[in-house]
Amino acid sequence: MSFINLLWVLLLGSLLGLELIGKVPPTLHTPLMSGANAISGITMLAALTCIVKAEGNVPLLIIGSVSLGFALFNVVGGFFVTDRMLAMFSRKPSNKK
Amino acid sequence: MTLPEIIQFVIDLLAVLLLALGIKGLSKVKSARDANRLAAFAMSLSVVGLLSYYLGTSGIAIQSWIWIIIGSITGSLFGAILAKKVPMTSMPETVALFNGCGGMSSLLVALGVAIFPISSSSLINQVSISVSIFVGAITFTGSIVAMAKLQGWLSTPGWTQSKVRHFVNIVFAVASLIAFFDLINGNTSSIWLLVIVSSLLGIGVTLPIGGADMPVVISLLNSYSGIAAAAAGFVVNSQLLIIAGAMVGAAGLILTQVMCKGMNRSLVSVLFGGSLSAQSTASSGSGEYTNITSCSVEECALTLEAANKVIIVPGYGLAVAQAQHTLREVTKKLEQNGIEVVYAIHPVAGRMPGHMNVLLAEADVPYEQLKEMDVVNPDFPATDVVLVLGANDVVNPQAKNDSSSPLYGMPVLDVQEARTVFVIKRGMSAGYSGIKNDLFDLPNTSMVFGDAKKVLNDLIGELKDLGVGEKQ
Repeated sequence: MSFINLLWVLLLGSLLGLELIGKVPPTLHTPLMSGANAISGITMLAALTCIVKAEGNVPLLIIGSVSLGFALFNVVGGFFVTDRMLAMFSRKPSNKK
Repeated sequence: MTLPEIIQFVIDLLAVLLLALGIKGLSKVKSARDANRLAAFAMSLSVVGLLSYYLGTSGIAIQSWIWIIIGSITGSLFGAILAKKVPMTSMPETVALFNGCGGMSSLLVALGVAIFPISSSSLINQVSISVSIFVGAITFTGSIVAMAKLQGWLSTPGWTQSKVRHFVNIVFAVASLIAFFDLINGNTSSIWLLVIVSSLLGIGVTLPIGGADMPVVISLLNSYSGIAAAAAGFVVNSQLLIIAGAMVGAAGLILTQVMCKGMNRSLVSVLFGGSLSAQSTASSGSGEYTNITSCSVEECALTLEAANKVIIVPGYGLAVAQAQHTLREVTKKLEQNGIEVVYAIHPVAGRMPGHMNVLLAEADVPYEQLKEMDVVNPDFPATDVVLVLGANDVVNPQAKNDSSSPLYGMPVLDVQEARTVFVIKRGMSAGYSGIKNDLFDLPNTSMVFGDAKKVLNDLIGELKDLGVGEKQ
């Protein structure tokens, strides 16, 4: 993938992000922020790449592993916490019936 | 394209699609929970795609597997435990902590690749490593400071409210720019300078910001962590990382903008203006209350019993006192008596937009009773009683009437239009902004002093004595 192509990807990805969050009810600001935050833990892929390509270089393996830990802390925690918040909204209709 | 490349490409494509649908779905109440799961699924899919690619090409060494497993188990375990244990009231600081760790991850990857190059280093590689370190470090230290301030572990030091901080931050910024370009020029030793000064810059920028503005900062830092992820994508040459990072970065910016609007603050004034209270001490000299009416819980209960329509204005104080469940008990009683009860939710009630909705939902308040500010404001003149619980700045009429007030122009709830207003508050202390609240001085406002939970409990007792809510 050439650098120029990656720049296109960056541009289109940003535009997509701008478009996706058009009108959000204030109710969902906190969950949305928390969910988006979990997605930003996608750096776990970079950490994985680092570990796989380390080729026995122990310091790099350790750095990659710690980085993977931080990223997954972000991802797993983020999604769980978002789910906990959203569960409170979705519980209502089932309660009424 | 070889087969492993095709497989990874298809999986990545699918993951991007699902992530986009996930973010989209998160902006609607109905679909939000499924959307969150969809996004989580997309993330695991992307891991499968990456691992399958390496399994199909170079293979993954046993040693690598071991480190992958150690890292992922520790991270996921701590993340899951924290996510399950943390109380709903401290959601903002939890998001800040998670966010900081995301930034740290990008920072570490870039550091690792910078010290031990995994591919031939080019100028582009150097630039993306530098960006990743710079943004990652700011995200990390900034988020940690934000978390510590929200938790009350850190206060705002006095010097940070003076002009000194601009000078200090400019020094940090210039130093990090120097390190940045030095690193791009191939001088790898300046990497540590870059790490240190950009970390300091993150602290220096976040520390002066007051508690009320913290949600905006967290949202902005969330956007940064997306940018850091995208930069890390350039480092390891991954389109998926770039797309996901860019999406989060852009979405975070929009969200930040929306939050700023809700608080009537510009991003610039949040970042460089210092905390509101520091400015307001000079501008609002009339800090004394002259006409405070205080009343007992009993009077409050009597007025409530005679009311037809009651609006509740919950604020962060309610959440701190953990009184949302007790509040729900009170409103249940009122409803059983045929009194119409509505909750007026200011866009920034609680500590983050939407935070109050989450807290009330936790206490089983029906979603339909939560009314947004624009919907509920025309109703106040026809309302008999307004109960203000631990909210302050969002009901300050100064924002409408006093153009010299720092709050002027902020959208507020027009509670003073109601016939009677009860403000339940621990004392006469000012709100986040540190500004006097003119509402308390109005003749139709009565203060009920006490801890929100205790007052509400007493209120339940009084209502019981009056026979409210005992019909049928």
